Amino acid sequence: MERLKLVLQYFQSNSESISNGICIILALVSVKLYTSFDFNCPCLPQYNKLYSLGVMTVPPIILFFLGVLVNRHTGVMMDEWMRPTGNRSKNPAVVKYLFSAMIQRALLAPMVWILVTLLDGKIFICAFSVSVDPALFQGLPNNTGLDVIKIMAKVPCREDVIFKNSSFRKAVSRYVRCHSQAVGWSILLFLIVLGAMGRLIKPCFDDHATFLQTRYWSNYLDVEQKLFDETCVLHARDFARKCVVQFFEDMREDTVLYLPHPPFISNFREDWEEEEEERLHGITKQQQVDKLLNKWYYSKPELDVTRISHRPKTCVTWEDREGNTLYSDV
Amino acid sequence: MDKFRMMFQFLQSNQESFMNGICGIMALASAQMYSAFEFNCPCMPEYNYTYGIGLLIIPPIWFFLLGFVLNNNVSVLAEEWRRPTGRRTKDPTILRYMFCSITQRSLIAPAVWVSVTLMDGKSFLCAFSINLDIDRFGNTSLVKGMSEMERIKLLARIPCKELFEHQEIRAAASRYIKCISQACGWMFLLMMTFTAFLIRAIRPCFTQAAFLKTKYWSHYIDIERKMFDETCKEHAKSFAKVCIHQYFENISGEMRSFHYRRSSRDGSDDDSEDKKSDEEKLLGIRAQDDMNKVLWNWHTCKPALALRKDEIDGENNGRLNGNINGAVNGFAKGHTHEVEKKEWAVYYSKV
Repeated sequence: MERLKLVLQYFQSNSESISNGICIILALVSVKLYTSFDFNCPCLPQYNKLYSLGVMTVPPIILFFLGVLVNRHTGVMMDEWMRPTGNRSKNPAVVKYLFSAMIQRALLAPMVWILVTLLDGKIFICAFSVSVDPALFQGLPNNTGLDVIKIMAKVPCREDVIFKNSSFRKAVSRYVRCHSQAVGWSILLFLIVLGAMGRLIKPCFDDHATFLQTRYWSNYLDVEQKLFDETCVLHARDFARKCVVQFFEDMREDTVLYLPHPPFISNFREDWEEEEEERLHGITKQQQVDKLLNKWYYSKPELDVTRISHRPKTCVTWEDREGNTLYSDV
Repeated sequence: MDKFRMMFQFLQSNQESFMNGICGIMALASAQMYSAFEFNCPCMPEYNYTYGIGLLIIPPIWFFLLGFVLNNNVSVLAEEWRRPTGRRTKDPTILRYMFCSITQRSLIAPAVWVSVTLMDGKSFLCAFSINLDIDRFGNTSLVKGMSEMERIKLLARIPCKELFEHQEIRAAASRYIKCISQACGWMFLLMMTFTAFLIRAIRPCFTQAAFLKTKYWSHYIDIERKMFDETCKEHAKSFAKVCIHQYFENISGEMRSFHYRRSSRDGSDDDSEDKKSDEEKLLGIRAQDDMNKVLWNWHTCKPALALRKDEIDGENNGRLNGNINGAVNGFAKGHTHEVEKKEWAVYYSKV
């Protein structure tokens, strides 16, 4: 458990690694979403292409927006971009750096979806089965009375009865899937080459010193925002505690003791009694408690804890016999 | 600073991750409930639409209300809304902020149910099979010569596999409707994500300063309530301790003055420290009869809820003077609104 906490703390301390982790989780979610989605080609000539195009493009858009939403840097970037200048000058390079980092991370999950659909091939088969020339394959069912386009549109649906006892459907599917996988691998290769070239060539063009500065200051903005939120939370907790204690102490009343006291009253107090008296904050009667609880609802105290923060403390003055002050806290 | 970080993480992780965790659990429960639910279309023209659309709409409403019920902040919001103004002004932006954050969290499970239902397609098939144009899917001889009622009854049976004989027409029709249903599902998801994107990413353009203020004070209200409950608990505990201690003292005092006269602590000056503390713990109750009386009285004659303020009210004068009665007279009345400023003079002898 301790180890896990340490690991979590390490990841949490570095905001970049959190963003990378979330990015990867979103990519895995994208794959899981694809495998659990029940792809349902309509097998009608007018709608095949539309459906496939929709399934190929709408989920990546959704995943892109999700990627932008869950990224912490989005908030930091928007804050930095939209803030008034105030006492701190604005550095557009930092905003640009944050923006490009955010976009790169947000684009990963959509690319994963597109690649997975291409490598799987179902969408290509649905979209392009009508465009295949049936003369390339044997066994086209010609006894159903349907025209060729309609038959080709039914190829993606494997449970359809017109393709029973025929290898035509499987042959066409294999052919189209081949193309789909080729396109998928090409896109993947292109992206990897692009990434590699970018990494290799960038230092030639960019000023590395400026890059180090922008990276430092964007990380700084992120950490600063986190620390501000932390400090606000801790401050609110202290404020609340003091406000409540001040409320209790304000409800203290004059105490009237009834004399004479019975003779058994102990003439010294133990430590625990001192503590308990402190925790009581001066509220020692049932009516006081009832009044306090009633007032807490009907008339909440104002948000001002100046009194308790500046409580007068016990001042000791040491004097000698003649009344000259030897030492004083006052 | 590290201690503060740990404390902050503990606080934060408790509140926010707890609510996020509940949110996630409800979303998973919603998806699981859908897959466990056995969809059962009635396949009758009068009830298909009601069943299909009802299953799309009513469970999300239920999940939304459940989200409100499970969220602790709802009672905080209600309390803040209904409280009398008193000495603290009410800020409507805080109420709006709290309401918005509660609503956002509660909307996730219903959205999951609606998307899963639309992606699955069964409810659309059940609701809209009557509106199909059957000629599109197969041979038109199927419905030739049928009256309107009979045609509708036939179409209503499409969602039920066992009741509709022409399987290929059924397969084609259900594929078509499922297509439309999935398109609606994706559009719904796109709309929700885009709205969330607008709210989260674009909002800082407009109201950031006011937003920071409302976030701080709504968190403050929540934490103040918790602090108040904690302080009340601590107070009750101390109250109980002192009350019981004083009760024992009272009873033991009565019994001592009843049984025999003896001076309170004069004889015990020579005792060792340990024996003294044991004697103190006994609080003067040393006999079986005395203890029985204590227990009996605790039920039949409970003490009043009013703690006696001991005369040595945290001050050391009594101890220094050793004079009980004089100190009692001097400090019988406590101060009210300011804490007493204690000063004393100590005489320093130049010997």
